[in-house]
Amino acid sequence: MTAVLPPAFADLEPYAATWCLATETERYARRQASTMPQLQEFYDACFPRLEEAIAHCDAFPLDDLPDDALALLHLVYSLVMVAMSVEIFQQVKATDAADAELERIEEPVP
Amino acid sequence: MARWPKPPEGSWTEHYPELGTAPISYEDSISPESFELEREAIFKRAWLNVGRVEQLPRKGSYFTREIEVAKTSLILVRGTDDVVRAFHNICRHRGNKLVWNDFPREETSGTCRQFTCKYHGWRYDLQGRLNFVQQEGEFFDLDKDATGLAPVHCEVWSGFVFVNLAPEPEQTLTEFLGPMITDLDGYPFDKMTERWQYRSQVGANWKLFMDAFQEFYHAPVLHSNQTPDAFSAAAAQAGFEAPHYRLEGPHRLVSTSGIVAWELAPDMRKPMEDITRSGLFGPWDKPDLGVEKMPVGLNPAGCDPWGLDSFQLWPNFTILIWSSGWYLTYQYWPTSYNSHTFEGNLYFVPSRTPRERVAREMAAVTFKEYALQDGNTLEATQTMLESRAVTHFHLNDQEILCRHLHKVTADWIADYQAENEKGTTR
Repeated sequence: MTAVLPPAFADLEPYAATWCLATETERYARRQASTMPQLQEFYDACFPRLEEAIAHCDAFPLDDLPDDALALLHLVYSLVMVAMSVEIFQQVKATDAADAELERIEEPVP
Repeated sequence: MARWPKPPEGSWTEHYPELGTAPISYEDSISPESFELEREAIFKRAWLNVGRVEQLPRKGSYFTREIEVAKTSLILVRGTDDVVRAFHNICRHRGNKLVWNDFPREETSGTCRQFTCKYHGWRYDLQGRLNFVQQEGEFFDLDKDATGLAPVHCEVWSGFVFVNLAPEPEQTLTEFLGPMITDLDGYPFDKMTERWQYRSQVGANWKLFMDAFQEFYHAPVLHSNQTPDAFSAAAAQAGFEAPHYRLEGPHRLVSTSGIVAWELAPDMRKPMEDITRSGLFGPWDKPDLGVEKMPVGLNPAGCDPWGLDSFQLWPNFTILIWSSGWYLTYQYWPTSYNSHTFEGNLYFVPSRTPRERVAREMAAVTFKEYALQDGNTLEATQTMLESRAVTHFHLNDQEILCRHLHKVTADWIADYQAENEKGTTR
């Protein structure tokens, strides 16, 4: 399988296929469709590398990220999404918000 | 013991005696008849925000707006003379909706040189003039100059585009907004062009969601599970008090004091906040807004640290400005007495680096988690209000803005009905 992430983040490659998602709509849907053990595993593996990952992306201009750095940025966004469930709710969905929906219809790229 | 001084009358609510302090009814939020009156009395008479000028960046830029509560669709367009105009989205020929893509009910946007009707090919220029009729010679007495698109009153304040659906608005936009709002002139809204836009169909009356976002008494309770336990406990203990409320005409504002997130004990913060240096209140690193002096209308109580100002513009528009140098807007578009479309926009100065973008993403994701809780609670409120098992409800001093919204609603309906009666007896 071809690596998606920068070589320095090869250890996170197992999560790339699931979590390198370009839009919030996809990331939110993936979180909602995941189990807590899956979210916890992703968080535990990636959070210790988060600062390093942001620093890696930050070495490039925002509008000219190489493909592997862009994939890493998308992984960082997913980690931000998942952190809410892991750090605070201890459940996949926001507490007391099971039925609510709020669709992101426009966002900056990347 | 109050943490902030209250007005000499003893409370914010009593400072505005017309409000009273009695329990209030939410019949205006559960009655189909009230909703039908609101269409005419409010949404066809007040100035309504439909977007920002940045959505119309060049000549020929346009977007459409479905205003279901007023039973119309609008085209907003920047003309060749750079003027932003609004028209009813209807072809003068046979009444087809003029601008839409595959789905007539969905809003659209783009850039064009003219508008061409899909039905028989009539064409209108960017100023709304009819300039081409297919087989014109087949028509009888057709005066093209008198058959332009039906205009809608449209004015711009600080880059916010407003329309008024009345044949003749009773006030100009500036008069309607009044000094409490126009004193924000000079705030660099035009620099904050990085936008995150959210939309939601909410199963509750539009005013109930406005109420949810115009009091913060609920925050330490409803949102207690959005923060680490240590923070939630401290917040619940403290409760909420705003240092400043103000009502002016149909509009209202609440101003809050701030929390310096990075000065909190580490167990009060989320690990993700520490790394991204961001959270609900926005990125911790305030951008350079390039403004020497902030407008007088901002932070009216002079709080230090200051948190935010939430300006509630009648009828259905909120501008919420954070001390950390970004802002939110909310719009609440009624679709029935017990449903509406909510739109939330987050605006930032453009990110210069990936790190800045990550901080904004963190703010946007956090915003959504809170809003989901607010939205879910509303549907529960709507269904129980409709039971009419209880008909009157207490509001405390921190909920003064809710009290004001429902009073202004009643006042505008009464005013409309009085006008109508005058009209029929004349």
